[in-house]
Amino acid sequence: MALTRDQLAQRVAQEFKDGYYVNLGIGIPTLAANFIPDDMDVILQSENGLLGMGQFPLDEEVDADLINAGKQTVTMVPGASIFSSADSFAMIRGGHVDLTVLGAFEVDCQGNIASYMIPGKLIKGMGGAMDLVAGADNIIVTMTHASKHGDSKLLSECTLPLTGKACIKRVLTDLALLDIEDGKFILRERAPGVSVEEIVALTSGELVVPDDVPEMKF
Amino acid sequence: MSGFDKVVNSYEAAMAGLEDGMTVIAGGFGLCGIPENLIAEIKRKGTRELTVASNNCGTDDCGLGILLVDKQIKKMIASYVGENALFEAQMMSGELEVELTPQGTLAEKMRAGGAGIPAFYTATGYGTPVGEGKEVKEFNGRPYILEEALQGDFSIAKAWKADRYGNLVFRMTARNFNPMAVTAGKIAVVEVEEIVEVGELSPDEIHLPGIYVDRLILGSFEKVIEQRTVRSA
Repeated sequence: MALTRDQLAQRVAQEFKDGYYVNLGIGIPTLAANFIPDDMDVILQSENGLLGMGQFPLDEEVDADLINAGKQTVTMVPGASIFSSADSFAMIRGGHVDLTVLGAFEVDCQGNIASYMIPGKLIKGMGGAMDLVAGADNIIVTMTHASKHGDSKLLSECTLPLTGKACIKRVLTDLALLDIEDGKFILRERAPGVSVEEIVALTSGELVVPDDVPEMKF
Repeated sequence: MSGFDKVVNSYEAAMAGLEDGMTVIAGGFGLCGIPENLIAEIKRKGTRELTVASNNCGTDDCGLGILLVDKQIKKMIASYVGENALFEAQMMSGELEVELTPQGTLAEKMRAGGAGIPAFYTATGYGTPVGEGKEVKEFNGRPYILEEALQGDFSIAKAWKADRYGNLVFRMTARNFNPMAVTAGKIAVVEVEEIVEVGELSPDEIHLPGIYVDRLILGSFEKVIEQRTVRSA
């Protein structure tokens, strides 16, 4: 079975380490905040200028001046700090954030990522994504493995305008966890109940399948 | 001392001198920390052919989005289009020229503009459409692109509190692009929720010194929330 949104978020959270500053993109990455292990301290960075983002507010706590990068109302944890967008991206560009998790339309086995527009169809804008992928060493891309029509999103070469070049080393899809090394995808884990053959069939870029590909554990 | 009193008493006075074809740099992120009434004044004045630099262009009926309705904006410099159907439609049809700019690069362009730095190198956007046509230089084996600073004829921003000298204090994530936007405008106009007398703010609590501020106005704010997300108790 393909992973649910919650399972994707849960698997992302397994990459967290105690003491990590983490930037979570809009959508599934944000959900990973719900799965931070109790014995671990992780501080969430929101690129609109907040370090120490907390959970959503209670109705009576809602404050229009306190939002995350997805424009959702949020709260702050004890120890939080506020800063300008220039300072925020100094942190990001300067490589001070330990882990970045973001979504994408396409990724290729050269480590390229496309996530901000589909010419003629959709323009979202890159927001902070170009800065995040350029500034971070440790990035996880979360996405569906293939489109609804069964077209692979893990390509030999991205077809859409790039968000970043040769910067992605790890991809988590609803079917598999893959690393990118030397111009190839390496299959590391598969979603429970998903066969290697299914993953191979839906991966268009060059894929290396090690002898042992364990199922993800939750 | 009156020479340092930045307070103006009408929105007309706050935006006096804004003319067709000028460049306006606006603070705010989404609808958070936006100079609501200064934007409304630009709409009222009907100034056209504007180049506007701001992270977003508001929503269809709020923030800078209201300037799209009557096509007052010729060119938009922004990082994010999503959640604004009119922005996307005018961009797709070619009516609105858009320079999509990475968020951190946009913030730094404003910062550099205010700090007298004409351009800077960044790895952000290298190898993407953003880097096309820009000078590339390698530092320590890594390629960087040259991005030019941004300055506005006007900047419009929102702060929480100010004293009459224009010393500013921002509140929570309503700070965002506002400090850099203020510094990058030749005429910097700031609207605030509260104006206090000089000396009431501790020098240590001032986020942006009044030297950058030209006009200050006391406003009242609607503070529309784009995505009200709550948890249950």
